[in-house]
Amino acid sequence: MRYVLRKIISSSITLFVIVSLTFVLMHLIPGGPFDSERKLPDSIVKNLNARYNLDKPLREQYIIYIKNVLTGDLGPSIKYENKTVNSIIKEGFPVTAAIGVAAIFLAVFVGSLLGVAAAIYRQRWPDYAASIISTLGISVPGFILAGFLVYLFAFRLGWFPPALWDGPKSMALPVLSLAWFPTAIIARLMKSSVLEVLNQEYIKTARAKGLPMSYIVIQHVLRNAAAPMISYVGPALATILTGSFVIENIFALPGLGKWFVLSISNRDYTVILGLTIFYSTLLIVLNILVDLVLAVLDPRIRYTKAKGAGL
Amino acid sequence: MISMRKASKILVCLFIMVFAVSGCGGAKKGPEGDARSQTKQVVNMNLSAEPETIDPGRAKGQPDLTVVNAIMEGLTRYNLKCELEPAMAERWEISDDGRTYKFFIRKDARWSNGDPVTAYDFEYAWKRVLDPEYASSYAYQLYYIENAYEYNDPDNLEVTSPDMVGVKAIDASTLEVTLAVPALHFLGLTAFPTYFPVHKATVEDNPSWDILADTYINNGPFKLVRWEPFQKIVCVKNEAYWDREQVNLDELIFSIVSEESTALALYERNDFDIVYNIPSQELERLKAAPDSGLKIADELAVALYIFNITKEPFDDVRVRKALAAALDRQALADYVTRGGERPAYAYVPYGLPDVNPWDDFRKMGGDYFAESIEEARFWLSEAGYPDGKGFPEVELLINESQDNLRMAQAVQEMWKQNLGIQSVTIRPLEWRMYLGTIFTMEHQIAGAGWGADYLDPMAFLDVYVSFGGNNVSGFKNETYDELIALANSTSDPQVRIGAMHQAEQILMDEMPILPLIFYTKPYLMKDHVKNVRVPSFGPQMEFKWAYIDR
Repeated sequence: MRYVLRKIISSSITLFVIVSLTFVLMHLIPGGPFDSERKLPDSIVKNLNARYNLDKPLREQYIIYIKNVLTGDLGPSIKYENKTVNSIIKEGFPVTAAIGVAAIFLAVFVGSLLGVAAAIYRQRWPDYAASIISTLGISVPGFILAGFLVYLFAFRLGWFPPALWDGPKSMALPVLSLAWFPTAIIARLMKSSVLEVLNQEYIKTARAKGLPMSYIVIQHVLRNAAAPMISYVGPALATILTGSFVIENIFALPGLGKWFVLSISNRDYTVILGLTIFYSTLLIVLNILVDLVLAVLDPRIRYTKAKGAGL
Repeated sequence: MISMRKASKILVCLFIMVFAVSGCGGAKKGPEGDARSQTKQVVNMNLSAEPETIDPGRAKGQPDLTVVNAIMEGLTRYNLKCELEPAMAERWEISDDGRTYKFFIRKDARWSNGDPVTAYDFEYAWKRVLDPEYASSYAYQLYYIENAYEYNDPDNLEVTSPDMVGVKAIDASTLEVTLAVPALHFLGLTAFPTYFPVHKATVEDNPSWDILADTYINNGPFKLVRWEPFQKIVCVKNEAYWDREQVNLDELIFSIVSEESTALALYERNDFDIVYNIPSQELERLKAAPDSGLKIADELAVALYIFNITKEPFDDVRVRKALAAALDRQALADYVTRGGERPAYAYVPYGLPDVNPWDDFRKMGGDYFAESIEEARFWLSEAGYPDGKGFPEVELLINESQDNLRMAQAVQEMWKQNLGIQSVTIRPLEWRMYLGTIFTMEHQIAGAGWGADYLDPMAFLDVYVSFGGNNVSGFKNETYDELIALANSTSDPQVRIGAMHQAEQILMDEMPILPLIFYTKPYLMKDHVKNVRVPSFGPQMEFKWAYIDR
């Protein structure tokens, strides 16, 4: 418990630093939210700046912003009149989360399966198959795969819709495209850690006792080999949960990913900041969770005794 | 409103195109297409982008304008022949000096909740747009009205009351408007969303009335029923609309798919009936397919390169003329933009009225210069750079996009081949960085586009007055300014149009800008969709009279 508490305090400080830095950097980018190819009359620019408090000195804007954030209000979008940062997250996150969680589950399941199979049947066909798949997964970007999937499953076979968000069927292709890369990574991580575990003394003991291989793998190997994969899945989940601009664009999904890109090109200050806070929080929470899961899995890890806090 | 095509085309499009679309021809019938009822009249158009707002007073981008134009209505509306028709106003009277307009609101004009549309709604809506606190970025559309600019300007402490603005509802059905100067195109402006009315009681009561379909009160041919962010906006026929007999569609759907190649694929699968923003690499294939439904509409927009004439070597008019004459614009249209664009030998595009409204301003004005390599070489050597020798390092600034880059590369090559100029480099910049650079005039040559937001040559010509906010060329010419001022103050159409022709002549003689092509609007529309008008500015499509004929 004390570990979690300490983590929360140190993360809040980290978060504060991130927000302040983003605030400064964001205002350093040339251009503002009201720039357009048609230069607006000064009178109009003044009215717009006043409406969004952009006419005040930066320091004052910063204080107003932090105050609002503390009350849970991330502010209005400057570009989209009918949206607030809160509503953007509320609308976009469930879509992104549904696809992201499904993709991570798929990646963990398929990736582990491939990794374990490759390690156990080393130098035989499951190993070769797994390494071909994971090489493809790492070298072929998800959006290229997306194009291929759309062609095959939406146009040739007609099994799934090519785009837009309309029920579970429309999840299939984006989930596959998103799971592609993490599956490959997980397969590789699992293969090497399973190989390592298989050479441990206790596995030899277990085999000497005459335990069946399947039992050994499930009871001993997986539990001990999962650590690197879990350390990878935490941050990967945070990345996937905040959406992918390219995948969302191809499949026309109303997710969160596009906002990370759009808000910067629009200089939509409040959205940039709000999403930074959201992403950072998510990343921090997931990292704490990963630490806890690792502690449960591996009795050797005990954070209360650890001296270096914040790691 | 129009920039040089901004949509950036990433590798993705190319890939999907290669794998997804080219393999499946346009004739393939999707399930939706067949299952759709024969009697139900539905049109599904891809809007490409989520509207930023559908509050008429703030609507600005094309998606905003398209939706607002379908669900709302102003005093007038452009009909299928692009003629101005009475809409909320049944008729109007214009005073002899052209400064006072009296609009008579039709008795049967109704809001979607059944309330009558009154002159008070218009007065309220216009003053709302001009209210500095409301901060509409399109408020300047109303600056023709007396005291409108003064009231909207937060620094003006003399006109702070909306009562001083020249718009007044005399009674529920009479709206009187007083203009600051006679503006002959004012009537056309009343068809533009910034001039649309709002339901006074609703808007006063609930400032966020325009966010939800449930609270949105409207007066146009269609009624908003559902808005799924970044997915679709569903509208149905508005039974309270005064001219409902003319409205044939039961349902009008605006889908929002921003990836061009995905949208095209959905069109070819018959999910969409109308699609804009076609990937330019697909245009040749679509032109060759007879049933693709590819159409090309005029667009009131010109692509041009803007010289910074305060910097060397472009302070010399001979250099500017040489560069302008050394291009092959037809080749640019045929091989670079590929959308049937017309070469531009002047600044103002086709499609704008002359003295007689049926005459075209561009055709009457004619071409102001010709392409000639000999002449270009002559001008260049006169300027001291024979065969391009000694021509200084020059940077051509563009907004970062594949289309803009291809255009710039073609032009760069033509200058090299035809004039021997080797020292032009292309500098692509992110959109807002690009804007920052041109508005502070740090560029040497900048690629740009200009589009009209009202139907008059003045929408183009007043850009280049000496201290115009959008004049980033450094061009200053007193005679030009006088001609524009004359055109803006006279109530005689003959004098007005004549002054604008003369002004354009000066602009092309001095050539602070190098016109490239007049843009077109390529779009795809299925053959069963009839009576859709494609305006050359403002909303992308007019659906009031549309119907389906299968």
